[in-house]
Amino acid sequence: MKRRDFLKRVAPMSLLPFAMNGQPIRAYGKLLGSDAEDFTNTDNVLVLIQLNGGNDGLNTLIPLDQYSNLTKARPDVILPENKVLELNGIEGTGIHPSMSKMKNMYDEGKLHILQSVGYPNQNYSHFRSTDIWMTGADSDEVLESGWIGRYLSEEWPNFPNGFPNEDMEDPLAIQIGSVVSQVCQGVAVNMGFAVSNPTNYYQLLSGKYPEAPDTWAGKELDYVRTVARQTNEYSVKIKAAAEKATNLSTLYPEGNRLADQLKIVAQLIAGGLKTRVFVVSLGGFDTHANQVDPVDSNETGNHAFLLETVSEAINAFQDDIEKLGIDERVLGMTFSEFGRRIISNASTGTDHGSSAPLFMFGNKVKSGITGVNPTIPDNATAKDNLAMQTDFRSIYSTILRDWFCLDEATTDNVLLHNFDKLDLLQDTCQTTSAQHLKNQRAGDAYVTNYPNPFGDNTTIKYFSDGSLVNISIVNTQGQIVRSVVNSEIPRGTHEVMLDATGLPSGTYYCQYQSGMTNQTRSLLKIR
Amino acid sequence: MATQQQARTHSGIAQYSGTWDKKTALHLLRRVHCGVKWEDIDRFSKMSMNEAINRVLDIDYSIPSPPINNYSERNPDPNVPAGQTWINDYNGTFNNARMGSLRSWWFGEILNHDDTIREKMVLFWHNHFSTQTQVYNWANFGYNYVQLLRNDCLKNFKTMVKDVTLDPAMLVFLNGERNTKVAPDENYSRELQELFTLGKGPESQYTESDVIAGAKVLTGWRVNKSNGNVYFEANRHDETDKQFSAFYNNTVIAGKSGTQGPEELDDLLDMIFAQQEVAKHIVRKLYRWFIYYDIDETTENNVITPLANIFRNGNYEIKPVLEALLRSEHFYDVANRDALIKNPVDFTAGIIRNFDVELPGANEYIGQYQSWATLYNTARGQQMQLGDPPSVAGWPAYYQIPQYHELWINSDTLPSRNKITDAMISYGINISGTRYKIDPIKYNKKLSNPGNPNDVIDDMLLHLHTLEVDQAQKDYMKSILLGGQINDSYWTNAWQNHINYPNSETKATVVSSRLAFLIKYLMNLAEFQLS
Repeated sequence: MKRRDFLKRVAPMSLLPFAMNGQPIRAYGKLLGSDAEDFTNTDNVLVLIQLNGGNDGLNTLIPLDQYSNLTKARPDVILPENKVLELNGIEGTGIHPSMSKMKNMYDEGKLHILQSVGYPNQNYSHFRSTDIWMTGADSDEVLESGWIGRYLSEEWPNFPNGFPNEDMEDPLAIQIGSVVSQVCQGVAVNMGFAVSNPTNYYQLLSGKYPEAPDTWAGKELDYVRTVARQTNEYSVKIKAAAEKATNLSTLYPEGNRLADQLKIVAQLIAGGLKTRVFVVSLGGFDTHANQVDPVDSNETGNHAFLLETVSEAINAFQDDIEKLGIDERVLGMTFSEFGRRIISNASTGTDHGSSAPLFMFGNKVKSGITGVNPTIPDNATAKDNLAMQTDFRSIYSTILRDWFCLDEATTDNVLLHNFDKLDLLQDTCQTTSAQHLKNQRAGDAYVTNYPNPFGDNTTIKYFSDGSLVNISIVNTQGQIVRSVVNSEIPRGTHEVMLDATGLPSGTYYCQYQSGMTNQTRSLLKIR
Repeated sequence: MATQQQARTHSGIAQYSGTWDKKTALHLLRRVHCGVKWEDIDRFSKMSMNEAINRVLDIDYSIPSPPINNYSERNPDPNVPAGQTWINDYNGTFNNARMGSLRSWWFGEILNHDDTIREKMVLFWHNHFSTQTQVYNWANFGYNYVQLLRNDCLKNFKTMVKDVTLDPAMLVFLNGERNTKVAPDENYSRELQELFTLGKGPESQYTESDVIAGAKVLTGWRVNKSNGNVYFEANRHDETDKQFSAFYNNTVIAGKSGTQGPEELDDLLDMIFAQQEVAKHIVRKLYRWFIYYDIDETTENNVITPLANIFRNGNYEIKPVLEALLRSEHFYDVANRDALIKNPVDFTAGIIRNFDVELPGANEYIGQYQSWATLYNTARGQQMQLGDPPSVAGWPAYYQIPQYHELWINSDTLPSRNKITDAMISYGINISGTRYKIDPIKYNKKLSNPGNPNDVIDDMLLHLHTLEVDQAQKDYMKSILLGGQINDSYWTNAWQNHINYPNSETKATVVSSRLAFLIKYLMNLAEFQLS
């Protein structure tokens, strides 16, 4: 990370004072009276599609120029060469025959493909590798927060205190489907709203819930559930958004688990939710066995079915958002925890591997392909894996900078590492940061600091309601490196100087706690 | 819900003779403890039911270490060294600080309760014989009051009523100390009958004149604020004869003078305790505390009446009544289980006790009291302030028709409960730079088969959930542990990896983050609010 860049890019958030005496600052921005009502660049939405289990990249995007080595390496799963669909304008690279819809999207310039995406020192455990993708950690690094969680807490640092509010009435992120993951986990609190499973979200939209047993316990359960529904403002908002919009595409296939989820995402965006990130998922990609059906020359089987599911779902979703008129501000991305081994195994399947292709789609992606076909060694063995061409965190960096319009310093703060951005998106970040400033102020501020970034010290300003207050400085590994306040503090706003001499430069979190109220600010020490 | 009545049980107080297993033991423990540790389910289920109930009711009445000076850093106390108890020092300068110490300490007693029902009973009696610290506002009185409840909690109710009548906190709270022959104050006499003994049931027919006559009997009692002594001042006592109504068979309590004056209190209690309603009123309150708030005619006949007979015939000994209740087929009737909404103290302490969350120890008492204060305030935020029930009638959840316990759950308190469980599984309570929170790995290690995701889910459901769960829900819970993968062995391997390499932070995080998501999910379900 280049120090001088940080100095040049002192983020406007660091100038936010903690002005009101005696109250946490709710909607403080209004007091400034200078907010330009400029939302144009800030309603961009990201849809993350997790393909659970490790998608076989070599049978998704096929390096036709190395077909003979590939046939030797994976005779049990290889696709017939003449059935692979050629991508427009790219010689020697083809796509799985089940993915004709996405091939068309590519040909129309709505799909960008990245070859061999991964990270150095591949981990082959589903759990660990998933965590690496969700958190953006290095292979040997432990991070408990997710990259989206960290992004959202940079954007809305006061969350969840005083949320929802009139500046942000909706969930910051919505995670749909059966997988709860770390991706929306912030440094202290989870920034996402989990609609825990499909049944649950249909219940949410329909307002119909399962009946409780016919006992006293059932009566009380009904009572608590009713209060929970009425109380959860986000549930109410989601239901209202769903009621406002109807899907317009006729292409959604029946019984497609991914399409079922994306359909709802389209509906909610069109219905006016300001939610920035949607996370959906599709499981089953762990194709150790029966990946293909040899009876059909490997053209069908579990993997073909999954890819068809993905392709048809994404195509219908794209069609829908175009018809709904929201395609200019929706970007989609698929990812899987790893690819699969070059060689096939004896159960007409493949084992865990390393890098794999990744798809980005939408009307704002640049057409084309990033990277080249992976090299398939002659006489590949079980030890051979594909070399990484693109670190997945460069894609995150690109999304944060060119889709969510963060500056480089803030992006580095989110990713906790410096990754160059890639040339994937058409220009989308050209307007002012008024909305960003507004987001910074939404909700109730309990703690803030200035200056930030800082050198040897910074002033921490905080609010106490009269009870025990604890303020700690925590590093990115979650270890407490300084205890700043730890006692009962009279009601009001207070200041304390953080002496950071001796701390290595880098990102820290200032964590405020009083009772069960918690707030975290990221701090940047620069020398 | 018309069909609800059909589910109502006809079971009575005959001894329960069904299976004694983890489920029944857990049901007992949920009701008598403030949160149930996993290991206690196993331990109590291996006893016989009678052994388990004996263990619960066998209180040793030892006095716990008293509250201490945790405030010296801010507020140096010349009389009481830091870390030493202040209960015998009546210097008012430190009253506010000591009040804080007392509240924290009380919550600490609840968190660290033993196998017995004692702290649950202290809470029951606090709700019954309500006083408010903000009214008597004297830390020493507060301590004495809590100790009284603790000492008398399972002994003789009639003795307890006398003790409470002469308790300094109560004498101040209900103006007993200001009740003189010149200006009789009816406050205590009224509540003694209306709330503490007879209640307001249909057969409780005492009159306004009984309230006035009772007030005269109770004149003359004083409290010495400088040492907590209660004494009788004969010249403030009304020495006339007190005439009671037909409800009390026109009893006349003969006026007594001089040192005989205090004996009138015994006469008054004898007269009140001769009424059938006393036993019924108390048994109904126990029923609402330990079983459910709705008492229909069947329950009145099959449970309340026979228990009241035991109470009355046993000369108002409390223990035999609870023993009969906790052994009864009615108590274990499936139709009566899981129907209590946890009160805020139960809910808050329960999170700590369920997961055996480590808090600062006695060797770091300042942090220890801070952690207790945080939890005390958490329960207060959910509308249950220990030491300060909203009125002399206690918390509305135990008397307010028709909602009763449901009053604990509203649009303010439910999100606050969810915030607390979310907090305790993520950032916890930060005391001097150490985070005290649920440790999912420590918890999972206790379960019967931590490497098998199906067993983990079954155990957690048994422990943290209440009602039956269908396979689809279980599958969903498993998908949390498996992160959407389909093969159980991925969990088994991940767990085994952590066991084999306990020092690897990566391997620990892989399992702890998934366990935390599962625990968080379970604690957010409506079922977690039930007991």
